[in-house]
Amino acid sequence: MRGVVVAAALALALVLQTLLTGLVIRGAAALDLVLIVVVYVALTRGPVTGLVAGTVAGLAQDALGSGVLGIGGLAKTIVGFAVGVVGTQFIVSAPLSRLVVFAMATVLHAALFMGLYVGLGLRSFPSPFEAVATQAVGNAFVGVVGFQIIEWLPGLAERRRARRPLKR
Amino acid sequence: MAIADIRQRPGVLFVSAILLHVVIISTQVNAPSGRPLLSALTFGVVGEVQRASMGVVRGVQGAWGGYVALHEVQEENARLEQQVQTLQVRLQEQRAMAERAQSLRQLLELRERAGLDTVAAEVIAGPASPDFRTVTIDRGSREGLAADMSVISPAGVVGRVIQPSARAAIVQLIVDRNAAAGALIERSRVQGVVLGVGSETLQLEYVSDTADVQPGDLVVTSGIDGIHPKGFVIGTVDRVDAGTNGFHVIAVRPAVDFSRLEEVLVVVTPPPGRALTDPGP
Repeated sequence: MRGVVVAAALALALVLQTLLTGLVIRGAAALDLVLIVVVYVALTRGPVTGLVAGTVAGLAQDALGSGVLGIGGLAKTIVGFAVGVVGTQFIVSAPLSRLVVFAMATVLHAALFMGLYVGLGLRSFPSPFEAVATQAVGNAFVGVVGFQIIEWLPGLAERRRARRPLKR
Repeated sequence: MAIADIRQRPGVLFVSAILLHVVIISTQVNAPSGRPLLSALTFGVVGEVQRASMGVVRGVQGAWGGYVALHEVQEENARLEQQVQTLQVRLQEQRAMAERAQSLRQLLELRERAGLDTVAAEVIAGPASPDFRTVTIDRGSREGLAADMSVISPAGVVGRVIQPSARAAIVQLIVDRNAAAGALIERSRVQGVVLGVGSETLQLEYVSDTADVQPGDLVVTSGIDGIHPKGFVIGTVDRVDAGTNGFHVIAVRPAVDFSRLEEVLVVVTPPPGRALTDPGP
């Protein structure tokens, strides 16, 4: 069941990524919603689920892109595993620490993705720092806000019920 | 039981996943022979999901708009205001329809002017990853689309088809990092190769530093790449700098505004020297 939820979340992120960049939000291309979901899954479910989520999501993005199949997959696999390990070794429950994890995960992903392309002599990335920094900030913000909303929603109904006076 | 064992050994799983990716990458980098099966299958499925999602989004928009309109009609006190709002909405709709008609007219004019067999298509989705500059269009192999067909718009060259499925296709924009096209400066007929760099500008390379190139020069397709027909506008020269290897460093501003791309034409006539059945690289 958990696997289905993770798969559905990744599929939703993938579809949203294509729809939002194509239709609605200018500059949404700076965000990587799929990476955000991979990091979220890794933080909440651990390194193995993070690794599997990263592999599936990265390969799907590669398959829909114009590059080499597997490079994005490898980058997201490593990021999913690494974030999962960080989530099990450290307490990452405060918004600030999550912000740092999302930002660092984005930077790691960009370094792996670009490093592999440059290392294989397939592409060059002249001055990518501004784009990576923008994406790290965007992903971190959206990731932390999404995290807070997901944690906040289940408790909302209970809090409302608790506030309601008892009927006699 | 076996799955449970693997989950207890994340290190083994991690190394296995890395090896899997390395194998996948190696097969493509060493032997680039078309798109892999996994890629085609994934796009076939996701293309349908994108079409369905767009249908749902439009359906929800329609249902929501209808509900709100009906709800507001019931408010008698706001009848006049409602009428004004309705007229404003209609005016906006008319404007949108006029803009769309204008856009389609330009497309039709381009089709007639170009004298090529083309298929009109609508952009239905953006890239799946911010690392790639691609769009998905609503026409595929059923309409005769194949890989490496040129995609153009009234403003100029858009890119090329890289992966058609039955009813949709992925188009690699000319600004994508993996994109390139044979080009020439219209005024001086100097030839070069236009390369995408992943941003909103292009680079014109392999132009000798003695060649006559000036900012403002129009850059058009040369037709030697076997993909884009000759003479279509790519963009204008933005900046010319001195290079170090005997070549100019030339920045080109694309003629097409890729953030506002809605309708395109896919050229189904192969350029001279390349048959449709050519499997490509």
